[in-house]
Amino acid sequence: MDLSVQIGSLRMKNPVTVASGTFGYGPEYAELVDINRLGAIVVKGIALESTPGNPTDRTFETSSGMINAIGLPNPGFKGFVDQYMPFLRRHEVPVIVNIWGRTVEEYEGIAQAFDTVDGVHALELNVSCPNIKEGSAMFGTCESSFRRVVEGVRKQTTLPLIPKLAPNVTDIRLFARAAEECGADAISLINSIPAMAIDIETRRPRIANVTGGLTGPAIKPVALKLVRDAASVVSIPVIGMGGISSAADALEFIIAGASAVAIGTANFVNPGTALSVIDGISSYFKTHELTTIPELRGTLQS
Amino acid sequence: MASPNIAPEVRPGQFVHLKIPSLHDALLRRPFSVFKADDGRVTLLYKDIGKGTHSMTCLAPGDVVSLIGPLGTPFPIHEEGSYPVLVAGGYGMAALYLVARAQDLRGTAFFGGATEQDILCVEEFEEIGWEVIVTTVDGSLGTRGLVTDALDPWLAVQEKSRRPEFFSCGPNPMLRAVAERARVNGSTAWISMDRSMACGVGACLTCVQKVSANNGAGWAWARVCTEGPVFEAKEIVWDDEGAEC
Repeated sequence: MDLSVQIGSLRMKNPVTVASGTFGYGPEYAELVDINRLGAIVVKGIALESTPGNPTDRTFETSSGMINAIGLPNPGFKGFVDQYMPFLRRHEVPVIVNIWGRTVEEYEGIAQAFDTVDGVHALELNVSCPNIKEGSAMFGTCESSFRRVVEGVRKQTTLPLIPKLAPNVTDIRLFARAAEECGADAISLINSIPAMAIDIETRRPRIANVTGGLTGPAIKPVALKLVRDAASVVSIPVIGMGGISSAADALEFIIAGASAVAIGTANFVNPGTALSVIDGISSYFKTHELTTIPELRGTLQS
Repeated sequence: MASPNIAPEVRPGQFVHLKIPSLHDALLRRPFSVFKADDGRVTLLYKDIGKGTHSMTCLAPGDVVSLIGPLGTPFPIHEEGSYPVLVAGGYGMAALYLVARAQDLRGTAFFGGATEQDILCVEEFEEIGWEVIVTTVDGSLGTRGLVTDALDPWLAVQEKSRRPEFFSCGPNPMLRAVAERARVNGSTAWISMDRSMACGVGACLTCVQKVSANNGAGWAWARVCTEGPVFEAKEIVWDDEGAEC
């Protein structure tokens, strides 16, 4: 059995990674989980300069999910490379760095900065965070802006490039196709779904940013449908995510067309989720006499 | 809860992150300070105030729950020459019992609550040699008023040589009031902060608190789950909400 997935020069030994922002930068979970077993690790979003993120409250639990508006706090490029890359280089798990900016120039700058950092295996392009006032969300929902940023970043890096798509668009196929045409090596989807909750006694929003992004099992059926749509129009690999908390969930995404999957909010609930998903996929493949991911990928029956 | 791996590792003020199995549509774990950790068992003290804590009341002996822990930065032992003073608001005493037991000196504990039903475990602190002074807002037990209504007169009559060191857990306005007493007194206060959390291990950045920092802004976020829940009070940068004095 070979469950590996190839994304440009990045080889994942299995199709399971973690969603940006749900696994810190690695050390946070390393005591609880053998991170070397992951197909890859995707770290929390990094911008050129450090930023403190949003005021509190930053998250709110909802039925089978949670809303977050953390606001991409991060130590900046230099802070990340100094504080976390030594730890990540000591591990064999491939590192995918999630990058973001407020302008095309900032995206290009951060991509160029990472291009020569030893131990970084791919870049995920966060063009779809719903919680940043300027830039980021617009790049994910306006096709011409999306093309500009993907094209711009593509010129700055030879690393595998993985734009992360926003779910709140009229037709996700346009963005999937645009990513492929602009030179992306893969696409990942979905980012969180814009959402809110209100305290009826105070009539105030439950989170300080007013709106946030919904994640967790509540969004899985939405994510699955969007992954199917996107995968149906591209030939580059799709990394599917959105509410995956079991191997069965992950297998649905692969059948819908994903080559790999990411575990997000479920990490908060059970830190070992990604590892149990890897084991569960293996045993499903064994039971169903499958040996490679392409044998199952996109095999949805009509 | 029987938890032979976690119980011996728990230090005063640390917490466990609990997943309640019967809570189907509530996804996240809940953090609870460890009340006691003896003989391979972890004991929590909680109040039935919401969905999560209500379904905890439905757990029966033999049910299995999932715990991650012990987590967070613990309380220290009091400094040599200081006199330990516990200040608990509501169920804050849950985080302070192990603190009381760990000190080499028996001190004084102030428990404040809205009403008699909120004042728990007085005997348990007294059994290990602590003096317990109770206040309730409605006067149903102890002195009528806030915990500071008992703390202030007590502080006023202490000899100068008795340097109090505070260990406190409770609602934010009370913690801030304790921090203010410590500042005025020139003494140290350790406070345990209560925040809702998602991951509990420092990854999600939900439970952040402003603390003083040597940067342009003068403050930075600290994670209550990791750098806390115990902070030295003078590190905290309080938001606009006022102290309840």
